[in-house]
Amino acid sequence: MSAVTARPAQPVFIALQLNDLTRSLVEAIVADNPHATVVDYPAMVKIEALGRLVIRRESVEALIGRDWDIQELHLSLISLSGSIDETDDEFCLHWG
Amino acid sequence: MQVDIKTSDIRPIRQTFSNVARRIGGDKPASRYQEATFDMQPMVNFHYRPMWEPERELYDQRRTAIQMADWYALKDPRHFYYGVYTMTRAKQQEGADRQFEFCEKRRLIAQSDEATRESIVQVLMPLRHYEWGANMNNDYVCAYGYGTAVTQPCIFAAMDRLGIAQYLSRMGLQLDGNQGSSLSAGKQAWLELPAWQGVRRMMENLFVTKDWFELFLAQNLVFDGLIYPLIYSHYIDKISPATGNAAGMLTEFMTDWHTETARWVDATIKTAASESPANAEQLTLWYRVWRDELARAIEPLAQLALGSSGTDVLATIRADLDVRVGRLGLVARVATGATA
Repeated sequence: MSAVTARPAQPVFIALQLNDLTRSLVEAIVADNPHATVVDYPAMVKIEALGRLVIRRESVEALIGRDWDIQELHLSLISLSGSIDETDDEFCLHWG
Repeated sequence: MQVDIKTSDIRPIRQTFSNVARRIGGDKPASRYQEATFDMQPMVNFHYRPMWEPERELYDQRRTAIQMADWYALKDPRHFYYGVYTMTRAKQQEGADRQFEFCEKRRLIAQSDEATRESIVQVLMPLRHYEWGANMNNDYVCAYGYGTAVTQPCIFAAMDRLGIAQYLSRMGLQLDGNQGSSLSAGKQAWLELPAWQGVRRMMENLFVTKDWFELFLAQNLVFDGLIYPLIYSHYIDKISPATGNAAGMLTEFMTDWHTETARWVDATIKTAASESPANAEQLTLWYRVWRDELARAIEPLAQLALGSSGTDVLATIRADLDVRVGRLGLVARVATGATA
């Protein structure tokens, strides 16, 4: 049996409906995850990142100028992949 | 037969309006707030001068001593345009309505003791007239101000003030069993009670303040900055237990609203002050004059509301306000050893 080796990081993604709030969300996500790539689709935006993608409440609040409950994310969420790690302040997607 | 469903990706030719694109650095998707705010007010090609002020244009930057290269720098950090504003307030209204229903069902205000009820009539009910005055002042800023970035949130603030006056009225109606007698007694206090005359006189002075930016600062930063902590923090904390905490519940909107609105007021003053040393100097000058006059006018009210500790509490609130404007780039105190 071969030893367990570190697998190359797998991509995670989150796909959101494109609306006024989502534009700020994408801006916040890209600022917090410089390794993420944004792919535009009709009425949808998909953000992919290798290994880990984090959405921070504070960054979003700073952009939209009001309190933002991280659960509001689900109002625009279409799909995602990766294990989810959520707190009141962060929504994190990762493999591993 | 086989049906192929194809998706075709249609790209918009332009992401936003040209005027917005010029401001946000290129053609990229803009927020609703940006699209509903930037350059909404006409700036050129006015045909006629207003008959009530023929030496000025209809919209004219010279109506205030404050000068800005770009008036759209005075953005609202809450990003309020009509849609977001009404949705935010509707949500708050739902919460407040529930508090009012609860207090009415439990008769919390109605059954509080005589001294507390009398105090509410004398201290809270006259504030309906203060709110109306603040409504007038924000209307004025909206009417004579320059640029949608600053006039738009002013009309929202003006509407908020009417809403707050209505909450106070509803509280009064719970107090007197829908008779309205506490509202008339409150008006009487506003007109005649010595403790209120300073505040009433200052409100009337604000009505005849011509410079709209000065009025904005005097009403929204200084007057509210003194009255709101005094009444909705200190006074409500004092009487709330005697009303089964109904007073706290029914004025929760005012507390939240002041915190939220202060962010906008602070951002507006800070942006104007950082524009030029001349602006900062002018704002500082206005601040010092209004703070001293308003604090003096409010002192009898502080004593009416809080008794002997009123003067000290007001001094603390005033010191806090000095710290707050210090962060905005104003100099609250005269430097060389002199007392402000």
